Amino acid sequence: MTANGWLQIAVFISAVLLCARPLGVYMAAVFERRRTWLDPVLVPVERLLYRCTSVSPEEEMRWTGYAGSMLIFSAVTLLLTYLIERLQQFLPLNPQHLGAVSPFLAWNTAVSFTTNTNWQAYTPESTMSYLTQMLGLATHNFWSAAVGIALAIAFIRGIARKEMKTLGNFWVDMTRAILWVLLPICVVFALVLTSQGVIQNLKPYTVAHMVRPQTRAKTVNGKAAPTAALTQTIAQGPVASQEAIKMLGTNGGGFFNANSAHPFENPTPLTNMLEMMAMFLIPAGLTVTLGEMTGSPRHGRAVLGAMLILWLIGVTVCYWAESQPNPLFHGVNQQTTALQAGGNMEGKEVRFGIADSALFATVTTDSSCGAVNSMHDSYMPLGGIVPLTNIMLGEVVFGGVGSGLYGMLIFVIVAVFIAGLMVGRTPEYLGNKIQAYDVQMAMLYLLIFPLIILGFSAVAVLTPHLGLPGITNPGPHGLSQILYAYSSAAGNNGSAFAGLNANTPWYNLSLGFAMFIGRFLMIVPMLALAGSLAAKKKVPESSGTFPVTTPLFTVLLTSVIVIVGALTFFPALSLGPILEHLLLHAGHSF
Amino acid sequence: MKQLRTAVLYTIISAVFLGIAYPLVITALAQWIFPKQANGSLIVRNGQVIGSQLIGQDFSGPGYFHSRPSAAGDGYDAEASGGSNLAPTNSILIQQVEQRVAAEQVGTAKVPVDLVTASASGLDPDITPAAAYYQAPRVAKARHLPLVAVRKLIAQHITPRQFGLLGEPRVNVLDLNMSLDQMHY
Repeated sequence: MTANGWLQIAVFISAVLLCARPLGVYMAAVFERRRTWLDPVLVPVERLLYRCTSVSPEEEMRWTGYAGSMLIFSAVTLLLTYLIERLQQFLPLNPQHLGAVSPFLAWNTAVSFTTNTNWQAYTPESTMSYLTQMLGLATHNFWSAAVGIALAIAFIRGIARKEMKTLGNFWVDMTRAILWVLLPICVVFALVLTSQGVIQNLKPYTVAHMVRPQTRAKTVNGKAAPTAALTQTIAQGPVASQEAIKMLGTNGGGFFNANSAHPFENPTPLTNMLEMMAMFLIPAGLTVTLGEMTGSPRHGRAVLGAMLILWLIGVTVCYWAESQPNPLFHGVNQQTTALQAGGNMEGKEVRFGIADSALFATVTTDSSCGAVNSMHDSYMPLGGIVPLTNIMLGEVVFGGVGSGLYGMLIFVIVAVFIAGLMVGRTPEYLGNKIQAYDVQMAMLYLLIFPLIILGFSAVAVLTPHLGLPGITNPGPHGLSQILYAYSSAAGNNGSAFAGLNANTPWYNLSLGFAMFIGRFLMIVPMLALAGSLAAKKKVPESSGTFPVTTPLFTVLLTSVIVIVGALTFFPALSLGPILEHLLLHAGHSF
Repeated sequence: MKQLRTAVLYTIISAVFLGIAYPLVITALAQWIFPKQANGSLIVRNGQVIGSQLIGQDFSGPGYFHSRPSAAGDGYDAEASGGSNLAPTNSILIQQVEQRVAAEQVGTAKVPVDLVTASASGLDPDITPAAAYYQAPRVAKARHLPLVAVRKLIAQHITPRQFGLLGEPRVNVLDLNMSLDQMHY
């Protein structure tokens, strides 16, 4: 670990926190439909859109209506993407003449992008045409992010409202999230990325005549045949426009297989810093929006505090672990010096080194982004445990856009409930009495998640021929690969221990279901809870109310998250990365 | 039924807006303001594209600075980016590193780690300054150049941290080798 590394981490989080307040206040104005400086341009667009789609913007929805609209919309967009993938060979903007995507893979990918997961079981540059990337995939980056924001706003309204049956209008919230929040930031961000070298074109792939032609043994029809490689084919495409929303919407689906490690997606340390900031920007801002819309800015800060603590623990462990040398390498200089970052460089880029890679891995799994600038599968055992654990905690440390906040608020309800049990009073949360139904819905949300991860992992590990053939790193790391896959799918993260060969019917289907349940089955109890909170009478705060605005509450909330996560997942983790760590330092390889 | 109609219309209209209009507008702006970057920072020599400033190429033989090992296709395949995804406990990785150490080692000095490990993208255009200086004696000998001159060339090609703060110092291998070729003549 170096002073420069820590300085970069400090600069990163300071920049995020500086942006959080103005953005959060702005978002509160956007969703309460107050005036903003973009109104003159955007209000006419908004009105036109509502007229064309016969949305009545003044009509409010109950939680069931809100959930219904969201589900129907998701189903329609999912179908659209599936069709585009299956028919891409007949559609324009396919200069490489790529064929149709296979049915299992197309289903997996359509679900993956609809649920804001962006799990990718394919190599994009040789599978997806430009049109599929733009119209089938990047659109979902906007939609799924906007849906997430809309849901978080609906939940906040549930907390803030009293004796009301409605949570807002789904179409209006989504439209405002796209037009006022996501799109303006993306336009600027995409151009900044291009200035640094992120590509943006619709040209066929470039054939470069290399400086030094290579002779290498290529396997042709099972026989080794030396061939002279004279050229390098360089993949092109409309990357910057997709990269911007991929990071800002915490989607994470790469235009290229190497994702944000690819020099055309993330060419310089500056783009790397901005991409990391983009992942935390909206989730951090939403904690401020929470404070603004519930009239308790200090509560928003208390929630942000818990996120900061968990983020800091994660990045510290990950940075430390990745700075360690691999004890199984001999004759290799793994020292940190002025001339090299040292540490575990397998699966990392030189321009990012250790600090920027470890920070990126922590941020991308704290949020539900899942973009990677280094390969998590090649992380040291205790480095890789950080992204895995971040996902298992429910991606509430900042979290995905919207989904992070409503996930965190579920934990807040549980924390308030536990505090109520400790003092023997009916728990209250910002004037809402928390009753049996509310706690049931919160627990349903918290239980579905580990059930998907551990259930599917168990089936994959225990049924011969299903999960095990996909493993590429034997030993305890193999279990980590499978655990990571289902955690990533259920948590709608999308990053991977990417060695796992997941493009098989079993993995495509089961991971598709895990993503589906992990998104929609968790949203329904969350919205039911929001509906229940909105309908409640507000009780005034009294001396017996447990305050949700203090550092004490921050500590309680952090502890609840860690304890729930540890109790659920520690046994599985001890058989995976923890065992691997012990064996690595005992000199074992597999 | 009304919700379904709204959903279908909303999907079509917003798909055209976000999936066609937005990327095309960005493409037009990018091609107008940053044409070089938007097209891949390509390097053209004698009217022929010889590569991209940002995409690494494979270099072998004692007379060139070697790039990092690559897991992209057969090595530096810019249509199949990716890392090895080998775990630190995987014996295949341990073996690979052993072979790479044997190939790169100069005397008894330990080989810088980035020179024997595969990058994340498989297209890493850079090596660390440590890895460049490490290869200097071999390159100087093969090209019959004074070691001091080669080391000086490396020093000129070190890209420092961005704004003195971000990222890590690095050397672009394609740049360095092209300058090396010019030195030769």
